[in-house]
Amino acid sequence: MMIKLQAKDIVFSYNSSPILNNVSFDIPPSKLVSIVGPNGSGKSTLIKCIDRILTPQSGSILIDRKEVTRMKRMDVARNIAYVPQNSLRIFPNNVVDTVLMGRRPHLGWLSSDDDEEKVWEVLRMLGIEDLGMSNFNELSGGQQQKALLARALVQEADVLLLDEPTSNLDIWHQLDVMNIIRNLVNKKVITALMAVHDLNLASRYSDRMIMMKKGKIVAAGEPSYVLTPENIKSVYNVEAAVRRQSETPYIIPLKQVAMGRKG
Amino acid sequence: MAKEVRRRSSRTGKLSTTQEAYKKFIFRKTAFMGTILLLIILLTGVIITLGPLDITIMEAYCALFDKLYPDCFNVDDLTEQVIWNIRFPRIIGGVMAGFGFGVCGCVMQAVLKNPLASPFTLGISAGAQFGIALAAVLGVSVIGGPYLLIGNAFVFALLCSGFIIALATIKGATSETMILAGIAVNYLFTALSQLFKYFASDEQLRLMTSWGMGDLAAFTWERFPLILAVFVICVPLLMLKAWDLNIMTAGDETAKSIGVDANNVRTFIMVISSLLVATVVCFTGTIGFIGLVAPHMARMIIGGDHRFLIPASGILGAFVLISADAIGMNIIAPTIIPTGIMTSLIGVPFFIYLILKGKRREFWT
Repeated sequence: MMIKLQAKDIVFSYNSSPILNNVSFDIPPSKLVSIVGPNGSGKSTLIKCIDRILTPQSGSILIDRKEVTRMKRMDVARNIAYVPQNSLRIFPNNVVDTVLMGRRPHLGWLSSDDDEEKVWEVLRMLGIEDLGMSNFNELSGGQQQKALLARALVQEADVLLLDEPTSNLDIWHQLDVMNIIRNLVNKKVITALMAVHDLNLASRYSDRMIMMKKGKIVAAGEPSYVLTPENIKSVYNVEAAVRRQSETPYIIPLKQVAMGRKG
Repeated sequence: MAKEVRRRSSRTGKLSTTQEAYKKFIFRKTAFMGTILLLIILLTGVIITLGPLDITIMEAYCALFDKLYPDCFNVDDLTEQVIWNIRFPRIIGGVMAGFGFGVCGCVMQAVLKNPLASPFTLGISAGAQFGIALAAVLGVSVIGGPYLLIGNAFVFALLCSGFIIALATIKGATSETMILAGIAVNYLFTALSQLFKYFASDEQLRLMTSWGMGDLAAFTWERFPLILAVFVICVPLLMLKAWDLNIMTAGDETAKSIGVDANNVRTFIMVISSLLVATVVCFTGTIGFIGLVAPHMARMIIGGDHRFLIPASGILGAFVLISADAIGMNIIAPTIIPTGIMTSLIGVPFFIYLILKGKRREFWT
């Protein structure tokens, strides 16, 4: 099997409290993989370790068999792009300049017309070209998410990491953003790994899911394999019913199970 | 170049209205800087004519060019002496100081992600002030002779910022540690200077106070090559980081993910801009307001792209500084109001006007 992105025994802790505990997984090229799990399970930390925003204490991360921890930061940026959870800026820019930042790994001091043209292309593809001159801070949540996505896309890396890309969005925009990502994966433009809270959204769009609890992987595989009432109960302490909608499993949370019990 | 762009994009269709707007925006930024530069040149001529000796604007420019092309113009010696040795150096000093403060304020606000940051955030003025106090009261100096005061100001300014940068680098160089360490060291050195002031004689006190107000009178041609050399090295180094600064305003995590090591860039910018500011400060004294405000003014007018913002902050800083100084020199002539006082008296009302006029939520966009 071809492997695009591989994590081996990643360990990460803040001071002495462990966040990631021997996390390992493989991702084949042109797949969309979701990392799910409760708050504090280490999803975002894992994403940040892969992009070397955080440095794991041990373990290795390989992209196309090359060790990410030994690459120069600029080389990492040419291989992996990251869409952060949204945040406001102190000194905001307009959308074009915000997206143009993503070209940094490919340019010297001046941006060429080609760089700008790439920015416009991506803005057109995402349908936000008309917002080019708008102030980033004044956009709606969905528009900001698309602008951040655009910035990651102009980086032209073939692995895209996303941290809760849909958390601030209404359901129309959730589908909109997920469809864009799914299409890029289908066209074999990118391999995507995203941390996400919404199990149903993850199930519907992902090729594979990785379910985490307290820094460890509990289950990994196709959505129908991961999303079982047993897994959900043991990871989230929630009793849930799992139904199917055209082969895709979706869950209906029923009730909480007291925390701290074995399971 | 515009033609080139048009041709290129005709492959994908014609430029959309937003694309046109973006191109116009870029043009507006360049035009703005050009206009202010032109105003500085015009203002230089006007400022030269002001003062006890009557000089016309034509004479002013003739005298300036007479040095370069000695035979072309006919200017009398006294006029040329006054212009070249008294009035013009002060303007050049003002332009360089304003430019330096503006540029450093701009880059420091970006790397510290704080609109209140200024060239003096890292305790540079407090350190320099302490150096002056040390020299004035105890006669203790790192360098002797005519450079006693200046040398001390420079060394202690750099010592102060060096200490903060070292401390922050050990702790990880986040913007928060730098600002907190800067404020702490600022208080420490201010207290030390106050202590000296408390025990100082009237003469020593006068020296310390006048230096603290900031004055361009200290700028002479002998000092010009040194300052110019520091500018020629430091300003391009800061300009080279324009892209990284843009990216760092989006946060350290985002910066790292785009390939920019935020902590390294922050330390680099701090070292270079400290050097630049310390050089200016030790000749002119503390002219505090320009470095805080020129970048904000520039940001309001041309937006947050540092490729344009850095030079624009410098040019605007220079413009505000020489305008204020010209007023300070002439408003109650023959008494000259020190530059530092005048920049605040003129600049603050203007800045508050800009805040009120701007958008309510984000006045700096």
